[in-house]
Amino acid sequence: MLSLLILIPLAFLLLMNFLTLKGRRLAFAVVMALSFFQIYAVFCPTIMANRPLHGLASVFDFTLAVDGLSRIMLLCIAIVIFIALLVAAPFVKEEDKRFYFAGLMILELMGLNGVVMVRDIFSMYVFWEVAAAASFILIALQKKRDPLEGAFKYLIFSSVATVFVLSAIAIILLISGDTSFAAIREALRVSPHSFLITLAVSIFLTGLFMKAGVMPFHGYLPDAYASAPAPVSILLAGVVTKTLGVYTAMRIVIDIFGFSASLQSILLCIGLISAIFGALAAMGQKDLKRLLAYSSISQVGYIFLGFGCGTPLGIAAAIFHIFNHTVFKSLLFVNAAAVEDRTGSLDMSRMSGLASKMPVTGTTSVLASLSASGVPPLAGFWSKLFIVLALWQCGHYGVAAAAVMASLLTLAYMLLFQRSVFFGTLEKGLEGVVEAGFGLTLPAIILAVLIVGVGIFFPYLVHTVIFPVAYP
Amino acid sequence: MSAQALTLFWPFCLFIVVLFIIGFYCLLVTFNLIRALIGLELLIKAVTLLLVLVGYVTRHEALIQSLVITLIVMEVVIIAVAAGIVLGLHQHNKSLDVRQLRNLKG
Amino acid sequence: MVLNIDIAVLFLMALSALWTVMTRSLLRSAIGLALTSAMLTILMFRLHAPLAAVFELSVCSGLISVVFIATISLTQPMSQEKVLQHMKDRLERFWYLPILLVLTGIVLSFLNLKFNLILPAPEIEKDPRIVLWNQRPLDLLGQIIMLLTGAFGIVILFREAKKK
Repeated sequence: MLSLLILIPLAFLLLMNFLTLKGRRLAFAVVMALSFFQIYAVFCPTIMANRPLHGLASVFDFTLAVDGLSRIMLLCIAIVIFIALLVAAPFVKEEDKRFYFAGLMILELMGLNGVVMVRDIFSMYVFWEVAAAASFILIALQKKRDPLEGAFKYLIFSSVATVFVLSAIAIILLISGDTSFAAIREALRVSPHSFLITLAVSIFLTGLFMKAGVMPFHGYLPDAYASAPAPVSILLAGVVTKTLGVYTAMRIVIDIFGFSASLQSILLCIGLISAIFGALAAMGQKDLKRLLAYSSISQVGYIFLGFGCGTPLGIAAAIFHIFNHTVFKSLLFVNAAAVEDRTGSLDMSRMSGLASKMPVTGTTSVLASLSASGVPPLAGFWSKLFIVLALWQCGHYGVAAAAVMASLLTLAYMLLFQRSVFFGTLEKGLEGVVEAGFGLTLPAIILAVLIVGVGIFFPYLVHTVIFPVAYP
Repeated sequence: MSAQALTLFWPFCLFIVVLFIIGFYCLLVTFNLIRALIGLELLIKAVTLLLVLVGYVTRHEALIQSLVITLIVMEVVIIAVAAGIVLGLHQHNKSLDVRQLRNLKG
Repeated sequence: MVLNIDIAVLFLMALSALWTVMTRSLLRSAIGLALTSAMLTILMFRLHAPLAAVFELSVCSGLISVVFIATISLTQPMSQEKVLQHMKDRLERFWYLPILLVLTGIVLSFLNLKFNLILPAPEIEKDPRIVLWNQRPLDLLGQIIMLLTGAFGIVILFREAKKK
């Protein structure tokens, strides 16, 4: 039944191609319906339980499986695709471009779903490449100069990371007989060739770190995020780099490699460098989206910090932070899209005082910034608190203190960003700015409600939803 | 491992490393967009050869061949998309020079 | 005797890859890439992977070379003075490569890694087509989706800008 999450979008994509011109206008609505279906499916036990199919339907019986981590990723993917489609209306204007955009969104959805649901390392690579290819085309959709440049750099980095990952898979295949997760784990456990295993693990992790965009492999990320069209930036920041890099790292380490001490220190080290230097780099940015891109690098570093502890609390906190980061980063990019739509530029030195003209955007942006900085009672506070607690419990006192410092840096640049864009006196030339349209305020309100809701109801949610999901 | 496989293993490994170095060098040093793609393609060939070698050594040729076929299909699409992006860049910049891609720094 | 063919073809492949990278004109680079693919095909035949070798020959030697040559011919050459200057610069940068390769070869030949690989169990299914269609249908689904993505990409990116 899980394959429905891939097969139904495929069916709709093929159907859409045979529709007449009038029918193609419904393309956006179709994809939004698909994302709703996915949100429903995450909470529906019959779809999530992968019972084998019989008879005629057994040709669709793929080896897919979900656990708590995959379900949260599916939820994040569906939310972000929905939000990106809502935002797309003022940015993708021509009819045929809209149709291509919807089609590429469906392809991206299928690719990301595939990545989080497979239990085989090579199939994971296959769907990985599908999602990556779809995102390259999405960035380059309107063929303007900057997005093409960002897409090219992203493509080269991503493909080099793919080469690393494939080499690691080849070395792993010397030891294991099959590419499925269970077989590899068994083989790695009993195998005596520790040199080969270490080599394979380090090459694999290098490839994953490049895809996740953590320092020092982050070269393509600010360019790709900043130059992509607005809905595509939301998609990239919200799920793509996180699924392709962070989720795969978690899945590989949890299911295959296991937590060894050296692995933990690598994760903690990379996480710490990304968290601190990403925050420092974000402070010096003039372009709105570049600041948000460096902020994403910093937050992904945080996720690796929580994950690097290896304790259940750390892993649960990291998964929760993935969800929170999806929500607040998408909200911040939606606000950036609203600002770009109404003022025509993203240069922070040329705008101020927008809150008086764009109240909804301003308020939601403040909420998102506070959640990113970890201010109670918003959702971000809880996940950051748990990450620091997990680090403290592990005995990494210095790292925990550095994590708190990175959080303060986050608060600092978020406040700077708020002040320079939304507060202060209204800049000349911005008199005619009005609040953004429905397509840009509705997603902002939805995401802000999610942030506040998850934050306030957290003590209730923690036992019913979060911990059961994180401890499968 | 059989004796024949053992004697073949090391020369193949050496030349795979050579191919990797050529590919990486080309990708890093070139100033031309299309040559960067050629370097990338050489890297992918190196990985393909590595996979086939592993299949030969472990005698799992069928599994490896299905993996290699899938891999080739994936990489064709990536190269096609990359060529499209390079064409678009050429239409804007009128040149294939990587040094012209400095527009986004800031 | 059997061994020598492999080493000869490996050497030819490395040479053609080197020529691909170091040659001046882009068109010759693309042809060199096709040549390297052909050498790779021969090696894959020798390594008992005939199906993959045929795929490599038809797709990489054929399709990708066509894509490269099409892209190269659609992009205009630079002006004459820039070409000469460019060629001089190139040679300065690229002649490090053969030196690097020779050094690597010398270094690696001193390494005496001894391996006693304990191999995994031999496989049950010997036919790659059955492996692909019956045991790895997910890869097939992924290939279909990827080809659809490629179709979208080509249609979007290769279309001439009509509205300029």
